[in-house]
Parts: sequence; structure tokens; C-alpha cells
Amino acid sequence: MTALGIAAVVKSGERTALDVVDEHLARISQRDAEIGAFNLVLADEARTAAREVDAAVSRGDAVGPLAGVPVALKDNLCTRGVPTTCSSRMLEGWRPPYDATVVQRLRAAGAVIVGKTNLDEFAMGSSTENSAFGPTRNPHDTERVPGGSSGGSAAAVAAGFAPLALGSDTGGSVRQPAALCGVVGLKPTYGAVSRYGLVAFASSLDQIGPMAANVADAAACFEAISGHDPLDSTSIDGARDPVVAGLGQGVDGLRVGLVAELCAGSARLQDADGLDGVSAVEGVAADVIARVDAAATALEAAGAAVTVVSVPSAVLGLSAYYLVAPAEASSNLARYDGVRYGLRVDAANAAEMNVNSRTAGFGAEVKRRIMLGTYALSAGYYDAFYGKALRVRTLMLREFAAAYAGVDVLLGPTAPTTAFELGAKTADPLLMYLNDVCTIPSNLTGHPAVSVPFGGGDDGLPVGVQLMGPALSEPVLLRAAAVLEQAAPSGGGAP
Amino acid sequence: MSRAVPQREPAVPDDWELVVGLEVHVELSTATKLFCGCANRFGDEPNTNVCPVCLGLPGSLPVVNAAAVDFAMRLGRALGCEARGAVFARKNYFYPDMPKAYQISQYDQPTNTDGRLELPGGHTVGIERAHIEEDTGKTTHIGGGGRIHDADYALVDYNRAGVPLVEIVSRPDIRGAEQARAYVRELRAILLAVGVSDARMEEGSMRVDANVSVRPAGSDELRTRCEIKNLSSLRALGRAIVYEAQRHVDLWSGGERPRQETRHWDEANGRTTPGRSKEDADDYRYFQDPDLVPLAPAVEKIAAIDAALPPLPAARRADLVEAARRASLAILTGKPQPSDPDAREAPAPDAPEPVSPETAALLVERGQDGLVRAAMAEGADPELTATRVTNDLAIDDWSSVTPEGLAALVAMEASEQITATQSKQVLAEMAERGGAPEEIARRRGFRAMAGDDLAAVVDGVIADNPDAWSRYRAGDDAERKKLSGFLTGQVMRATKGQADGAAVNRLLQERAGPTSQLA
Repeated sequence: MTALGIAAVVKSGERTALDVVDEHLARISQRDAEIGAFNLVLADEARTAAREVDAAVSRGDAVGPLAGVPVALKDNLCTRGVPTTCSSRMLEGWRPPYDATVVQRLRAAGAVIVGKTNLDEFAMGSSTENSAFGPTRNPHDTERVPGGSSGGSAAAVAAGFAPLALGSDTGGSVRQPAALCGVVGLKPTYGAVSRYGLVAFASSLDQIGPMAANVADAAACFEAISGHDPLDSTSIDGARDPVVAGLGQGVDGLRVGLVAELCAGSARLQDADGLDGVSAVEGVAADVIARVDAAATALEAAGAAVTVVSVPSAVLGLSAYYLVAPAEASSNLARYDGVRYGLRVDAANAAEMNVNSRTAGFGAEVKRRIMLGTYALSAGYYDAFYGKALRVRTLMLREFAAAYAGVDVLLGPTAPTTAFELGAKTADPLLMYLNDVCTIPSNLTGHPAVSVPFGGGDDGLPVGVQLMGPALSEPVLLRAAAVLEQAAPSGGGAP
Repeated sequence: MSRAVPQREPAVPDDWELVVGLEVHVELSTATKLFCGCANRFGDEPNTNVCPVCLGLPGSLPVVNAAAVDFAMRLGRALGCEARGAVFARKNYFYPDMPKAYQISQYDQPTNTDGRLELPGGHTVGIERAHIEEDTGKTTHIGGGGRIHDADYALVDYNRAGVPLVEIVSRPDIRGAEQARAYVRELRAILLAVGVSDARMEEGSMRVDANVSVRPAGSDELRTRCEIKNLSSLRALGRAIVYEAQRHVDLWSGGERPRQETRHWDEANGRTTPGRSKEDADDYRYFQDPDLVPLAPAVEKIAAIDAALPPLPAARRADLVEAARRASLAILTGKPQPSDPDAREAPAPDAPEPVSPETAALLVERGQDGLVRAAMAEGADPELTATRVTNDLAIDDWSSVTPEGLAALVAMEASEQITATQSKQVLAEMAERGGAPEEIARRRGFRAMAGDDLAAVVDGVIADNPDAWSRYRAGDDAERKKLSGFLTGQVMRATKGQADGAAVNRLLQERAGPTSQLA
């Protein structure tokens, strides 16, 4: 049952929220031992919240648009009094004294929080294998990864544990696992959703986004969590266009640009003019490109005009990202020093205690990125590394702005491949980083992007295609995503 | 901070010149902290004014307090700074009392740049910048005598974490210890005048670090400097600068060079001791804080701040000195004097300032210049009014003293209806309970002995102390001053304090005639 479907029957009194929650909790206890989507299942809290929704319905009180809808939260979102671990030993035992703004908004919308989902430690990774609590498995094939870092949330939705989940996306961490698990994942415009209460990885890139089994549910969740928050200085103020209401308006006349740099091997590139010498990112699989081409054709069939567009700096995104994100992370994660909360490993003095605690508390990938970022910001290296990455970012912003002068949305793959096997890339961090090559540009520019399932790869596993747009274009992106959802071929089907 | 008599201190040799720049941190007295809504208050129970933001809890985000930016801009404009668009940056380093392991500060784009501060003596010190940053928490080391290295454990109070600070960085334009103290005193006077900080060195709401170097007199080079920390008083500031400068002179003279380093002032032993050198200093890895947006003050905003700036201490001092001249001349000539000095009757060429610049500085620092000016406008004698107000340090609250009352009191004292001692007592009651001085003096039975009665007592004392009187008559000014103390004391005893000291002194002078060397 979809999230909006649940809300409708709960509001009408046709079904109780408690019944809905019990059904989902039953699925979790049936299969999550195998999948490992959750770090913590909040069964009692969920039932209590569901009873409150039911009581409100029976009193005839107004209930929110997500009344009774079970939601899973990535475990880097603060929940008052409930452990928030970021899948790290470092935060073991820490219970935040406050709810993240998105959590407050979900509760206010009537949603029922069923648990905290697994992630790559501090959201650093693309497979959810960097978790201190063990990996999450892909519900479509449990020998494969769900993607990451929001792998737990993606798997929870794919496995039917919850119709909705929240993830966070710093370089693709909502969209890539959504693609690998065959669900919809939206990375909103930077500042559209408050970051207050999201444990920071890279503050200038982080954005919370919805993951859902369908486009309408993702849109409804986005409407519930977005909007200005005075607690986040980077939150965007001002009125927004409605999203759900316009989902059915189609794409007639929409100008769509296929990003040449992300689509090496596409048949459309061979036919296009003026693309000699375009350098494209490598490693995007042919079966994925084939799905992107098919998506372009489907949009055309619905009345959109598809052209090929070149954004040369898109290929620089990965390098710039792996300087900007670790630099900010090295500073954001410095607060885990063993002094006030989380893990402390004692020593003779405070400085040694800091070192012991951080050595024991952080996993290898987190340490690698802290080292990278510290180096990139160091005196004498700043200009060559961090400073240069910022200039690339400016360049990308300019080139994408130019591209959006000619088209309304851009189209490309979300992930280079379908879900890969557990352990396949853990030995080679750079190979793992390449998973984000198509998703990173939107984080660097702050623009929104959505991954929507569009059939399967040669292995029958889900493929996601990515729609990107300029700032605050979520209504258009989701409208186009809804068209693709309708046109999606079979394959990569139900887990 | 009282205005001490300038201390004599050892100076470095004349062929060397001191080059000093000061970095002054002041806590802004906003109601709430810089990036959250917690109370900005000194002296509360530890860790009671804290929240997820100032504790740096995971997921929390800073939101800048607009009042703190206003305060900082007000100070900047009072220092003649350019108000600019500014960017918050993170200064990264680990310390247990710093919750996020970085301090939010301003680095290459501070709120205020390029100002100046004119010292009362006329010397101008350039202000490089005055930027906004957050304070850290406070660590107390327990056990081992409270020293950091032998302590058993440490307690951290985060009430101060996130309190707004402005760091005012001077250019190296200060040439000695007395100038350094004058700079801090003047900066404090400005802070109080614009109302952005209570600026108390002893409570730590004003903290001063000194960058000290020396160079051969007449050269304009900048030699290796040392940064002196732990200066908790003006006295310590002056002593530390002289000590450190002499140390540099000794090193250079001996063919050595100082190391660039941070040094700590050891008050007990009167010396500086080495801290961290530049080589092992932290790399703070500054970068723009992505959680905050740049500050872009509108032109109208800057204009509004300028328009709302109160008169600054330098102007208030000058106004007070000038108003005193005018009032004094009006009393002397018996005629009101115009506000344009050139249109007035000329004062005697060697007439002393009725209110000296030093007294004016003290009155302005204590916020009493308005009261004194208003009393002078009521016709009060400027010199006596200033003396009366500056002498009464015991009075904390002057709000009950009206200009009219003060003028009436000073008039009674000037016309010798009451003595100086009685005048002080009347003033104390006026401050405490209010009321007219005439009424208070009458109720207390205060009346100065004057005229023939006083002359008779003075003559009696002269007759009873022939030795002292003959030495007084023969003595020079210094001798007379000494003996007048003794003779006046005898008169006071005989009148049970009902005589006015100044009147007695005048009678003694009349009877003795001019001093011998003048004759």
C-alpha cells in the first residue's frame, strides 16, 4: 500500500494506524534479520504514535497528510531520547535531547516513526558496508549491496518495511541507493529542507531527502519536510510551488537535455552534432546507458523535446567533491573528542584521551576522509586543493546555469551500475568513490535531482535514471519522474 | 579600573624604540549568545546556560545573533572602522572547553577594518580590524595546585561557550607601556560609551594580549615580536611590556635574536616565560563556515548605526573642558559668556584649566560629565564642582543628585557657608536620600565658622604656636605648605571641624605676607 493510500484509509477510518503499523512491524520482524535495514526498531513508540493518530481520527480532529504512515529514518537524524548512532562506535549510547526539524515535521504531519536505519558510518560510503553494526543487504538480491550511504532506508522501502524513509544526500547518498534498490529518491535543492538535527558530514553539500516506492509518496513527503526553518541559516525562505498537486500535468513541451558527459556510449550522442572531443566519465555500464536512452524516448513519447547537452565540468565533480566533502568533514567530525558524549577511551591527559577515543571510535573510511580533508585545508596546501575545488564548484555552477538556460531538466544515469556484490569494492576506495560520479554534480551546485526506477539491467536488477534541474525545480522534476514511472518497463521488479 | 597616578617604571635605553600592538578581546553584553538563544550571563551555576547549539551537539546549527553584529558594528564605527560585508570562518583546534573543536570567528573578511583610536595625549593608534567571534567554555583544573600539568582532573563550564566577543587588533603603533595603558583605558571608555560591553579586565570580559618588539630608535623596521598573554590588569600590561622589551634589547645587544613565540606573563616573579613557538603552533585550517551565510550590512543600516552613536569619550572630554572654561569665565566676569570662544572676554593668559583634561577623563569614564556640565549650567563653580564629584568615590549611585542640588551645594561651599567636610556629608545624604542641600545642612546644624569668629580662632592658634608660626612666615612655598597642615589642624581642633580648610589657609597667608624669596 502506498503512503498516500495509507493516509487516505487512516483518515477515513477505514483502517487504523495501529493496524498499519503492526503490519509493517510484522514484515520487519519477518525479514530484517536477513536484510539488516534497521539499527533500531521503535515498535513501542510506533504503536503509541499510531494510537494517538487513531484517537485524533476518532475524535474528528484534523490529522496531517501523512496520517498513520510508517516512516523509517536514517540513523544520522536526531531523535529526542532515542539513540542516534550514525552507525559509528563513536556515538554509542548518545541520545539526542532534541528532534531534528524534519522529524518534528513528520510527526506533525501524522507520520509514525518505525525505526532508525543503517548507513555507512557518518554517511561516508556508497554501499552501507562501512557501518560499525554490519552491512545492509539489497532486498532484490541479498548477496548484493543496497548502495549507500542511505542503504538502510532504501532497503527498508524496497522490502516493504515502510512506504517512506528519509535519507541524506551529500554526494548521491539518497539517489544511488534508491537506484540500486529500485525506489524513488529525491535530493532536494540545498536549503529546501532544514538540516537542523542532521548530523553533519559536509555541511555545504548535505541535504535530507525522501525515499519512497513511488513518485507521489516522495512528493508528499518532500512537501511535509520542506520549508523555511529559522534554526538553519542556509534554509531558503519564501513561498514554494505545490508539488503533489501538479504531478499529473505531464511533460508536454518540456525541454530535456541528455548530459553528454554522463552518458558515454549513448546512441543519442552518436547522432548529436558538436560533441567532438567531449570527455565523458568512464565506467557507466552499457545496460544502464540503454535504460537512460529508453527513458529519453519515453519522455519524447509524452511530448518532451530531448536534446543532448554538454556540461564539460561535470567530469571534474568527483575530484572537487573528494576535496570539499572531506575538508568539511574533518572539521565537522572534530567535535567527537570523547569529552562530552559518546565513546571515551581514557588516558593520562586530555589530548591523549582525544586520540585514543577517536582511534577506537572511527572506522577506516571515516579516518581516511578526516586525513584527506585535514590535508586539503592545511597551510600551504589550501590553495592547491580546497581553494581549487571551490573554483571548480563555481565553474560547475556557471556551466549548469548555462545548460538550464536551454533546457528545463537534465537527464542521465544515477549510478554507473546495478547493485554490486558485497565486498566487491571494499578493498579499493577509489573504485567505490566512482559510484557517485553521476550524482555529485547536483550536490556541488546545490541543485535538486531525483532518481526514479526505469526497468532492469542485464542482470535483472533495478536501474535508476536521474533527472536534474535548477534550484527549486522539484515540482518539474517530480512531474517528469511521474511520467517515467508510468512508462517504466518491467524488470528490476518487486523484491 | 581606577585612574592611577602614572607609575614610574624602568625604561629601555634611549637608543631603542618599543613597537607594541595590542589584541583586545571584549565580551559583548548582548542578552543572548552569538549563535543561540542561551542567556549571556556571568556568574551563574556552571552549565546552566547551555543548549544543543552552544554545546556543539551533533546536528545542531548556529544562527547568528543580529544584536551581536549590531554591537560589533557600533564599536567598529566608534573606532572609525569601515563596516564591511563579512564572512564567518572556522578556526580548527582541539581543546576540551571548545565544544565543536573549532571556533567560529572571522578570518580574511572581518566586520570592521581600518580604524583608529586617538589617545587623550594626541597620539593615534591604528586599528587593523575588529572582528566577531565566539568565546570558549572555561576549564578549571582540580588537584595538583590547579596547574594544568599536575591536575588530577578538569571541570568544564560551557556557560561562556558561544558568548559573543569582538577582538580589536591594533596596528603596531604603540611606543611604550604608558601608551599601551592609555590605549586600553581609552578603548574601555569607548566600549562603555557605546554600551556594548562592561569591559572588566578582572572578570575577564576584557582580555589583553600584547605583541612586543623593539628596534633601533629612528628606524622603521619591524623585528621579531613576541605575543604576551595572561595580562590581567593594566599594571601587568605595563610591567610585561617593559620587561619583554628589555629582554629583546638585551638579546639584540648580545648579538642574539628573539624567537617568535607566545609568552606568558608571570605576575609573581615579574617576568615573561616562553610558551609555544611559531614552529609548533597549531595550523588552524581556517575556511568559511558553511553553516552560516555571509553578513552584508546595508548602507542604510550603517547610516542608522552612525546616527545612533552617542558622543564619544574624546569629544565629551573636550566638551567638558571647554564648558568649564566658559563657566569659569562667566563667574570671573559676572557675565554670561558666548559659546564661541573667540567672542568671549579673554581669560588671564596663565589661568589654569578649571577642569583639567585628567579630571575630565575621569568624569567621562565614570559617566559623570553630564551631571557636572548641567551643574555648571546652573552657575556652579567648575573647579569646585569637579572636585566635589571626583572626590566622592564612596558614592555608587548618583541618580538622586540633581544638577540644581549639586550647584546649590557647591555654591554653599564656595561662599564658605559650609566646610568641605560638611559639603561631602551633605552630598552623601543627597545621593542616598535625595533632598535640597540647604535643608540637609540646616537639619544637621552644619555651618562654617567664618568672618571675625574664624579670624579670632586663627589668631589664637598663631599665638599658641610661636615656633611654627615664625617658621611659616620665613618659609618658602613648600615649607608653608607643610606647616599650614599643622596650623590648620590646630584650628580644626579648636573649632571642632567647623572651619573650612581653604578659608583657614587664606587667613594664614594674609597674616604672613608674601613668601620670603618673592620679597
